[in-house]
Amino acid sequence: MMNLAVQRLPGGLPIWHGRVTAEEWLDTAIAVRQGGGRLLALWARTDAQEVSVSAAYAVLEGMLWLQLPLQGCEPAYPDLAGIFAAAARMQRAVADLNGLQPANSQDRRPWLDHGLWSAPCPPLRDSATPWAQAPTRRDYPFVRVQGDGVHEIAVGPVHAGIIEPGHFRFSVVGEKVLRLEQHLGYTHKGVEQRFAQLDPLQGHRLAGRVSGDSTVAYAWAYCMALESACGVELPPRATELRALMLERERVAAHLADLGALGNDAAFAFGLAQFSRLREDWLRLSGQVFGHRLLMDRVLPGGVLGDLDAAQADLLRRQCDAIEAEVQALKVIYDEHAGLQDRFLSTGRVTPGLAAQLGLTGLAGRASGQAWDVRCDHAPAPCDRLPVRMVTHRGGDVAARVTVRFEELFESMRWMRLLLESLSAGPIHTPLQLPAQAARGIGWVEGWRGEVLVALELADAAQPQRIRRCHCHDPSWQNWPVLEHAVIGNIVPDFPLINKSFNLSYSGHDL
Amino acid sequence: MWKIVRQIARNGICTEAPPEMAQASGAAIGAIQRELLDILGQALAIRMVDAGSCNGCELEVHAVANPYYNIEGLGIKFVASPRHADLLLVTGPVSRHMEEALKRTYDATPHPKLVVALGDCGCDGGIFGESYASCGAVANVIPVDVMVPGCPPPPLEILRGILTAVRRRA
Repeated sequence: MMNLAVQRLPGGLPIWHGRVTAEEWLDTAIAVRQGGGRLLALWARTDAQEVSVSAAYAVLEGMLWLQLPLQGCEPAYPDLAGIFAAAARMQRAVADLNGLQPANSQDRRPWLDHGLWSAPCPPLRDSATPWAQAPTRRDYPFVRVQGDGVHEIAVGPVHAGIIEPGHFRFSVVGEKVLRLEQHLGYTHKGVEQRFAQLDPLQGHRLAGRVSGDSTVAYAWAYCMALESACGVELPPRATELRALMLERERVAAHLADLGALGNDAAFAFGLAQFSRLREDWLRLSGQVFGHRLLMDRVLPGGVLGDLDAAQADLLRRQCDAIEAEVQALKVIYDEHAGLQDRFLSTGRVTPGLAAQLGLTGLAGRASGQAWDVRCDHAPAPCDRLPVRMVTHRGGDVAARVTVRFEELFESMRWMRLLLESLSAGPIHTPLQLPAQAARGIGWVEGWRGEVLVALELADAAQPQRIRRCHCHDPSWQNWPVLEHAVIGNIVPDFPLINKSFNLSYSGHDL
Repeated sequence: MWKIVRQIARNGICTEAPPEMAQASGAAIGAIQRELLDILGQALAIRMVDAGSCNGCELEVHAVANPYYNIEGLGIKFVASPRHADLLLVTGPVSRHMEEALKRTYDATPHPKLVVALGDCGCDGGIFGESYASCGAVANVIPVDVMVPGCPPPPLEILRGILTAVRRRA
């Protein structure tokens, strides 16, 4: 591990943690980049005990969590934006939330902070390390495109459809998009500060509401972090039921997106058919697990409810039924000239650009970025039931549609195998919080991409056990790439391109 | 083309005779739909505003438009501008960054200006509560006619909430 003093954290995934100096911070980033690794997340901690900035990297061996302790009241840390493009916005968020600036960074515009927050800013600073900054309302300084016939289209924060709020500023000539600039942060609701007020055994409920469409992924990542901090191992059946619900969440999301993508290309038939299948899917989830979207089903130490043989059989048969219907719809999509005309070559992100910018998750796999936690590190139960990774090199809307179809079929195949071979035994194990300070990190391949939850617990003498809980959505990596994907496309194709990525606002804004 | 037609024909209209709903909730949906039609006569236009939610409520609002619940079949339509809307369907908690946008949306809506606050967070701030970044309940920002609790409320409850708001002003 690059001669760093790192220590493996307890848990099923290969994750190492280490403290580094500013020099090592920079050298490791460069080494990871040169070795083909990726930046997963960057966040900071600013409380009475510690001021530090953290980075998590995905390397071939697993995950590397590096923590750089900082001294002084307004310390700077080395800028990573030149090495990993995705770091730029994460560092701006750290400046907003923790008041820590990278040294000599180029873009110091606030990102999550719109100048409207009440009371002491930055919000994640402990009162022991105050850093007074009066909230000031300001207009966001968008980059202006100049030239003959260039005009701007401003969209949002309230969008035309049933979607989350955010602002898009298009600079266009005629119908062609020259530049898109996003301004996000509208749904920022103080999630990370809220975590510090919760009991660690209740945190999974908040984690499960970071992004409603990925509730299983977040709740699992949170519980994984907590279980790692507690050094607890789960009974196999508990992990298997979590994995089963994660795949059901993936299929539910893909069914919704495949319908919506048809609809955005003026093929309402697709929406009607896929939303019917999704409703069937959600109803059975509600019937078997007790919640249509599977919220609060993953708990620290295991899962809420068990499956009996009859329920397992119901789930298995639904996989058969829905898969057959989706196969029929895939033929219709594939053969529909009007639909393919809209999908093909639209919103293309070449594999080269994707690698350069760090495109991740489903959208990354549609642009040749072959990473999937389920396959790369085969956490249980993927160790005995391998998941086949789906990749495509097209990088356009059509590729992202194809990856969704193929991932859906793979999830169905995998769920059937799992349901036929579920381990017997308990679905829950008691969890004892450690007396001393502890840390853990959770890493789960949600439907959109890898979800990360980093948790640091204070020792038992402290009134608040959760010292820091950072949730990271793959949308952080992918939002900036969307800006590139639309360049040169026509304005009416933006909704289609946007939907093909289907990024989270709430998961990003926190 | 024939495959599309065949697919449509094979699946039929599930709004009227969905197998699972016939016993469970089919009758309730039918009753709500009839009542809505009786009161409205023609149409209701809804503007949906996500004022800071986790997106869970939005997923269930989408479900209300699927063929099972078929809200558009009743002449209830989601519109793109508050100026075209009779009713605002708002999810929360209202983030401080969305507070002004929500107020402006409300101001732009013509009468009867009905407001339905959707989900636990829209009703009382939910798990997020009130903080430096969150105003909490929708009612803390604009007047609310009906609250629909749930995390998220299932589609049938969303339909009921819309009906209650309409009935109260009828």
